[in-house]
Amino acid sequence: MALGLQPAPGLVVSAPRLTIEDLSYGYPGYVVGHGISLTVGAGEVLCVLGRNGEGKSTLFKTILGLLRPRAGTLRVDGEPIAGWNPRRRALTFGYVPQNSGGTFPFTVAELVLMGRTAHRGPFAAPSAADREAAEEAIATLGIGHLAAREWVRVSGGERQLALVARALAQEPRILVLDEPTAGLDFGNQVRVLDAVRSLAETRALSVLLSTHHPEQAFACADRVAVLVGGELLRIGTPAEVVTAETLAACYSVDVAVLPVADNQYRVCVPRAYLE
Amino acid sequence: MVAVAIALGPYQLAARDLFAFLVAKVTGAASPLPAPAETVILQIRLPRVLAATAVGAALAASGAAYQSLFRNPLVSPDILGVSAGAAFGAVVGIFLSLSVLAVEATSFAGGLAAVIIVYAIATAIRGRDAVLVLVLAGVVIGALFGAGVGLLKYLADPYNQLPAITFWLLGSLAATNPRDLTSLLPAVAIGLVPLALLRWRIDVMTLGDEEATALGVDTRMLRIVVIAAATLMTSAAVASSGIIGWVGLVVPHLARLTVGPAFTRLLPISVLFGAGYLLAVDTVARTLGTVELPLGVLTAALGTRRCFCGSWPSAGARPGRERAAAND
Repeated sequence: MALGLQPAPGLVVSAPRLTIEDLSYGYPGYVVGHGISLTVGAGEVLCVLGRNGEGKSTLFKTILGLLRPRAGTLRVDGEPIAGWNPRRRALTFGYVPQNSGGTFPFTVAELVLMGRTAHRGPFAAPSAADREAAEEAIATLGIGHLAAREWVRVSGGERQLALVARALAQEPRILVLDEPTAGLDFGNQVRVLDAVRSLAETRALSVLLSTHHPEQAFACADRVAVLVGGELLRIGTPAEVVTAETLAACYSVDVAVLPVADNQYRVCVPRAYLE
Repeated sequence: MVAVAIALGPYQLAARDLFAFLVAKVTGAASPLPAPAETVILQIRLPRVLAATAVGAALAASGAAYQSLFRNPLVSPDILGVSAGAAFGAVVGIFLSLSVLAVEATSFAGGLAAVIIVYAIATAIRGRDAVLVLVLAGVVIGALFGAGVGLLKYLADPYNQLPAITFWLLGSLAATNPRDLTSLLPAVAIGLVPLALLRWRIDVMTLGDEEATALGVDTRMLRIVVIAAATLMTSAAVASSGIIGWVGLVVPHLARLTVGPAFTRLLPISVLFGAGYLLAVDTVARTLGTVELPLGVLTAALGTRRCFCGSWPSAGARPGRERAAAND
C-alpha cells in the first residue's frame, strides 16, 4: 500500500499545490466539461462560479478522485495523482459534500472523528491523537456545544460546520467544499466562509469552493473561476472576474456590480431592481 | 439464561443437579446424574442451546452489518438472496432424498451461490450506484430461487418430501446434533472476526460510497469483505436451522435504538440480543406445547409484537431519526 506521506521536510516545492491540466470530466459516455486548466497555491482560496447543472460538483468529484477524469492530468505538488489509492487521496484532500449521505444518528463528535479514518489502519480504533485532532477541529469551528448531539438532528448550518470540522480533522492540504453555504441562513453563511478564509490563512490550506453567490468571492476568495458551457470562461482575482459582463455570460442576468467601503467589497444587484 | 434453557424441557432437570453435573464435568469427577440425563444434556439440550445462540448471534450480526453497509435500517441479511438460495439448495437436497447432513451442505452451497451470482451481476453492471445495483440484483436472484423452490414443491412427493420441505422452510432447531455445531460455530466465529476488526470502517460506510472514499476507505474491498463475512454466517445459520425471519431485521434495529449506530457498540449488542432472543424463542418453542412450534412462526409473531412495543414509543419520543435526515 502506498503511504500518504508528506514531502520530505526541507524539500522546496516550487510547483503549485494543485495543478489541473487540460482536464475533461464527466460520466461514461458523457462529457460535462473539458479543457480545464488551472492551479491553486498553498493558502489560496479559489471560488468556482457556474450556473446550476454546469458541472461544478462533477469537477470537484473528479479532482477528488471519486470520478475518473475523461482526459487530462491532475497533479499535487507536481506529482500526478492518477494512481493514488483512496487513503493517500484522503490524506491530501478534505471534502465537504453538498449533501452528506449519512442517515444514521451518529453524534457530531463521532462524525468528526470519522475524518481521521485515513490516518489509521483498516482495523485500528481511533487513537488518543485521533480524538485530540477531532476535538481540536470541533473547537476551531466553535461547535463544542454540539459534540454530543445527533448530527442528523442539528440544523443545516450546524451540520455544515460539522462537515467542515470533519474535513479539518482529516488534516488535508487541499480542502474542497461543494456549495458550503447552500441552504444556510445569512449568519451561518458568514460563519462558514470566515472559517474557511481563516483556515486557508492559518494552515496554508489550498481551498476550492463553489457557490451561487458571486459576492461571496469578494468575502473569501483570492481568485475566481467561472465555468460556462463546460469550459473555463475566466479565471482571476474577484475584482477582475466578478464583473457585470462575466455574470451576464454566466447567469444570463443583467447585473450591476457596485463597490462599497472604498472598493474593499462589491455587491451584485440585478439591474432590474435599480430602476 | 443458557443454564435455564438447558434445564427446561420434557425431561425435567433440577437446577441443583445440572450445576453439580457441570462442576463434575469441569473437575473430571464422576457424573452425579443418571445416564439418560447426561445424554439429554450433552446430546440434545446443549447442542440445541448452543445452536440457538449461534444462529441468533449470526443473523443479528449479519443484519447489523448489512444495515450499515446498505445505509438502510430496514435491510435484513437475506437482502442479497442468501435465504432464497439456501432454501433452494435445501429443497433440492430434500427433493433428491439426500441425508440430513447433505441437505445442510446443499443449503449452505445454495446460499453462497446466490450471493456470488448477485455480486457477479452487480460487478458486471458498471457506472451505476453500486449499492442500488447490488440490492436490485439480490431481489431478482431471490425471486428466481424462490420460483425454483415453488417449482420443486410442486414436483415433490406430497406425502413424504413436501412436508419435509415445508417444515424446513418454517425453520427449526429440533434436528440439531453435536455434529452440526462443528460447522456452525466455526463459520459464525470466522464471520464475526472481520466485522469486529472493521467496525470503525463500517461506520464510515454508512455515509455512502463517495463520502467514504473521500475519507480514505477502499469501499469496494470493504464491501466484499463485509458481504463475504455476513454471507458465511447467514448461510451457516440457515443451513442448520432453516429460514428464521425477523431476527436479522428487528434485533439490529432494537440494538441501534438502545446503543446508537456506532458499530463498536452495535455489533456486540446485536450479537447479545440476537443470541438471547433466539434462545428464548427456541426454548419457548419446544416447551410451550407438547407439539413443538415452528421457530420461524414464533420469531415472526414475537418480532412483530416487539417491533410495536419496542420501537414505536421511542420513535414517538424522538420523532423519525432516520426520516428527519432523509427529508433535509
